[in-house]
Amino acid sequence: MREKILSAIDKNSKLSAADLAIMLGSTEEEVKAIIKQLEDEHIICGYPTLINWDKVNNGERVTALIEVKVTPQRGLGFDKIAERIYRFDEVQSVYLMSGGFDLTVIIEGKTMKEVANFVSAKLAPMDGVQSTSTHFVLKKYKEHGLPLEQDKRDERMLISP
Amino acid sequence: MRNPLSKNVISIQPSGIRKFFDIVTEMKDAISLGVGEPDFDTPWRIREEGIYSLEKGRTFYTSNSGLKELKIEICNYLNRRFGLQYDYEHETLVTVGGSEAIDLAFRAMIDKGDEVLIPQPCYVSYHPCTLLAGGVPVVINLKGENDFKLTRQELISAITDKTKILVLAYPNNPTGAVMDYEDLKDIVDVIIDNDLYVVSDEIYSELTYKNRHVSIASFPGMKERTIVINGFSKSYAMTGWRLGYATGPANIIEQMTKIHQFAIMCAPTTSQYAAVEALKNGDSDVEMMRDAYDKRRRFLVHAFNNMGLSCFEPFGAFYVFPSIKSLNMTSDEFATRLLMEEKVAVVPGTAFGACGEGYLRISYAYSIDNLRIAIERIERFVKKHQEAKI
Repeated sequence: MREKILSAIDKNSKLSAADLAIMLGSTEEEVKAIIKQLEDEHIICGYPTLINWDKVNNGERVTALIEVKVTPQRGLGFDKIAERIYRFDEVQSVYLMSGGFDLTVIIEGKTMKEVANFVSAKLAPMDGVQSTSTHFVLKKYKEHGLPLEQDKRDERMLISP
Repeated sequence: MRNPLSKNVISIQPSGIRKFFDIVTEMKDAISLGVGEPDFDTPWRIREEGIYSLEKGRTFYTSNSGLKELKIEICNYLNRRFGLQYDYEHETLVTVGGSEAIDLAFRAMIDKGDEVLIPQPCYVSYHPCTLLAGGVPVVINLKGENDFKLTRQELISAITDKTKILVLAYPNNPTGAVMDYEDLKDIVDVIIDNDLYVVSDEIYSELTYKNRHVSIASFPGMKERTIVINGFSKSYAMTGWRLGYATGPANIIEQMTKIHQFAIMCAPTTSQYAAVEALKNGDSDVEMMRDAYDKRRRFLVHAFNNMGLSCFEPFGAFYVFPSIKSLNMTSDEFATRLLMEEKVAVVPGTAFGACGEGYLRISYAYSIDNLRIAIERIERFVKKHQEAKI
């Protein structure tokens, strides 16, 4: 039931416990208890909303993906430096990568200048950071498995056998 | 001038759904729970394969019975999913939707006067296709109290010395009923003892929500007397691609292929290439859709029972079939007034046979949000008319 609940709310966190109970063949109490448990175990880490900021007046955001090469610290590996980076509010995501660089850092800011400032003032000079390479996002098409542009009408006939 | 029309064709009633379709189409901003096709788009990997085949210039006829590669995949699939073993060369025919396969099976097997047993409520085409083939349709009225399964006794009572074919359509449109292993086992010996053939329309075979679908052809002694009809429309959300297939004894498939060859030539080539991809790599897509349907199914069954319209739990297809017998209305009246008063379109059970009286077919090939709005309106409607009755 844990997996069923998780996969049901993965794309729609608005489903109520009562609805989930009906749809998954459970009881409201059980669903509530399981969700509470999942939250406590930090398996469910939050309920953010997927917003297409491009459509909001003055809501534009600048997103940058930064490839970071770092020097891992003895005994702490990459975790310590990753934490130093992700503690900044501007940082949306941090991933440890295989391949040509070590960390992918995704930054969101109001303007390109804001992002550039963050990189030059905070990220690049940080102890252990060897180099950064910044890529700005030009357009977002799909996030969290959901296309951002939705222009879909039901084109089926209203009644069919 | 002579009458240009065939008496046989004229005698056939137009589909009961047609009349309703015309009213609904007139109605602006109605929300519909009336469709018999998936709301999902064909999974992208399958569409992309169709596009690729066009880019490659695969725009020619295929062999009459279908692409060899597709027929092999169909046989693999039937074996893998339902334990059915067919030879792709002589026992498999690719058709233009399951509908063509139904028509071909009847035309290949029926002589004038042969009786065809049609358990109703059921899909609309078995009855007219029987008539077009010169057969005599014999309707078996299934009962709500049996969850619309065909019982041994109902079958025995309908058999005469002219009976040749039994149509089995499970998982069922419109009721959502399934016949599990035990249910089928109960009728197999009746079929064999009376030397009947079965046309088994298994188009919804992937959409079952309790047990995996069991094909009647998988019972000992049944494969040689069953035409299994299946297709891509429901399981892979490919209705517009018009692609189905029939498998069965070589001598029947051979004659079906002959008619198909003269009438149709071959199924659409693009669709056949796309279907190969569906069978090879589409399992996870099917699972995703089945999972979504299952949630909606539970949501609707709960909602109808909650508003006092009793609704048996359907374990297949994507329909629920609630009873409106507690209200003082016919199915037709209910559907018409619901459309006029609350702008929700549903299909009266009678569109699928007279014994559908007192029931509605509600499709859950819609998003939960859509269903929620529709249910609110139906609930308001039912409440109003329950009070009026008291």
